[in-house]
Amino acid sequence: MSPPPRPRPKLDDDNRAFWTGGAEGKLNMMLCGDCGEFTHPPRQICRHCQSENMNAKAVAGTGTVATYTINYQAWMPGLEVPFVIARVRLDDVPGVVLTTNVINCAPEDVDFGDRVKVTFDEQNGIWYPLFEKAA
Amino acid sequence: MGLNHEAYITGVGQSEVGIRLTRSPMGLTKDAIMEALADAGLTLDQIDGVASYPGKSHGYLGFSPCGVDEVIEQFGIKARWHFGGGEIPAQLSAIAEAANAVKTGQARHIICFRTVYEAAAMSRPEEFPALRRDTVDGYSQWSAPFFATSAACWVAQYAMRHMKDYGMTRDQLAQVALNATRNAAINPRAGAITKEPLTMEKYMGARMITSPFCLYDCDRFTDCSTVVIVSAGDALDEVSPNPVRIAATAGTVERWSWDQAEWMASYPTGKELWTKTDYRPKDVDTVQFYDGFAFFPISWLEALGFCEVGEGHKFIEGGTRIARDGELPLNTGGGQIGAGRLHGFGFAHEAATQLRGKAGARQIPGDPKVAVATSGGGPLAAALLLARD
Repeated sequence: MSPPPRPRPKLDDDNRAFWTGGAEGKLNMMLCGDCGEFTHPPRQICRHCQSENMNAKAVAGTGTVATYTINYQAWMPGLEVPFVIARVRLDDVPGVVLTTNVINCAPEDVDFGDRVKVTFDEQNGIWYPLFEKAA
Repeated sequence: MGLNHEAYITGVGQSEVGIRLTRSPMGLTKDAIMEALADAGLTLDQIDGVASYPGKSHGYLGFSPCGVDEVIEQFGIKARWHFGGGEIPAQLSAIAEAANAVKTGQARHIICFRTVYEAAAMSRPEEFPALRRDTVDGYSQWSAPFFATSAACWVAQYAMRHMKDYGMTRDQLAQVALNATRNAAINPRAGAITKEPLTMEKYMGARMITSPFCLYDCDRFTDCSTVVIVSAGDALDEVSPNPVRIAATAGTVERWSWDQAEWMASYPTGKELWTKTDYRPKDVDTVQFYDGFAFFPISWLEALGFCEVGEGHKFIEGGTRIARDGELPLNTGGGQIGAGRLHGFGFAHEAATQLRGKAGARQIPGDPKVAVATSGGGPLAAALLLARD
């Protein structure tokens, strides 16, 4: 059985830059042009100052593993296990954590505080931001 | 009794708890309602309010197959007040809302129900289509694309962090399931879920779901309805003796997100609860803590100040302190891990049952007077303080 496709986010004006930025190799986060704070999940209105001067900004795409779990349960038919689900704290996006997968290493090699960098998995027009251990 | 503007739990009821039951969801709801009415000494024509969480779940019927509107219609209730919704702090907040309603004179006797049909629904997909997972939006888009489709994966990451920061071990975590199944084994309503108490050996040999959770750290889909009747203080002359006062309620959230929040909403909710009462943790005789996953009761112990933050796993170590004859009996009916995923309302049901001395073989000793029931974890958090005073 082939692995299942990743569940596909429904694109809208809030999230399009995030889910498609990988086409240009960019991890786009929504930044307020007035107060300088990021809003994530992305919105057209800043959650800090309610400004509508919001723009997608490509961030470094590096961070650290805040926490993680090694998932053993195949939640969908054909899902290959085990794999790592992690919360990655982004270096240059204060207060924002991404739920993601840490890939390209054995699950047991992932640990708290690991330095990671973004890598994109494209499926059907969505660029899923995954992370791998930074060299 | 003079003017009494307090709110009370005056009756509780529960249907059969089963796996893949064939009785309809409304039939189970009827069973629970009738048992609760008999317990309270009320009849349907005295009911003037209905509350539930989360309302009918149209996209995924097994999760919540009966709407508040349908229950009003089915049972011929002349409602002066009703409430059914999911955007409240957590499951038990529906009971807190009912308490507010009777305190403010909007109703006298409110049926609060939670009907679940998740096991039956999964076995009858044509009648109860599964939740679609191929396209996601809202909060799901921040987890499901990474195959974190189950709450197990979200909660596991809190538990892993707790292990890293405070040294919780799997044999400490195991005490939640060991305690739950010990209690469930003597709960006559839990027979379909738990046949016999779990052993540490069996726990350690179980397959992993998502670290640190193994199979026994997760609750089990169940078919059941649970009912709590909330009555106004000035209507107590109409009900059976021995009501339980809803002494305080709390529910807070700062980030409605499983990953953007620094930590779980239960912690500020626990602090909030004690600002609304003169009772203190030392006054509490039993706790009924949400255990959809085994880490939650440990977090609630910390959140409510029964121990220091980072000490919850030590509090339950060995299991004696949380046993039925221990200093703080936990999940005396078996919780959701032992007695099935009743989804929150089971904790209020069991707390009231214990305080009214009606728990039979599992009744805790010492004439308990004060209990805490909670539901939720992550961005969901609700706590009820119940007292027989």
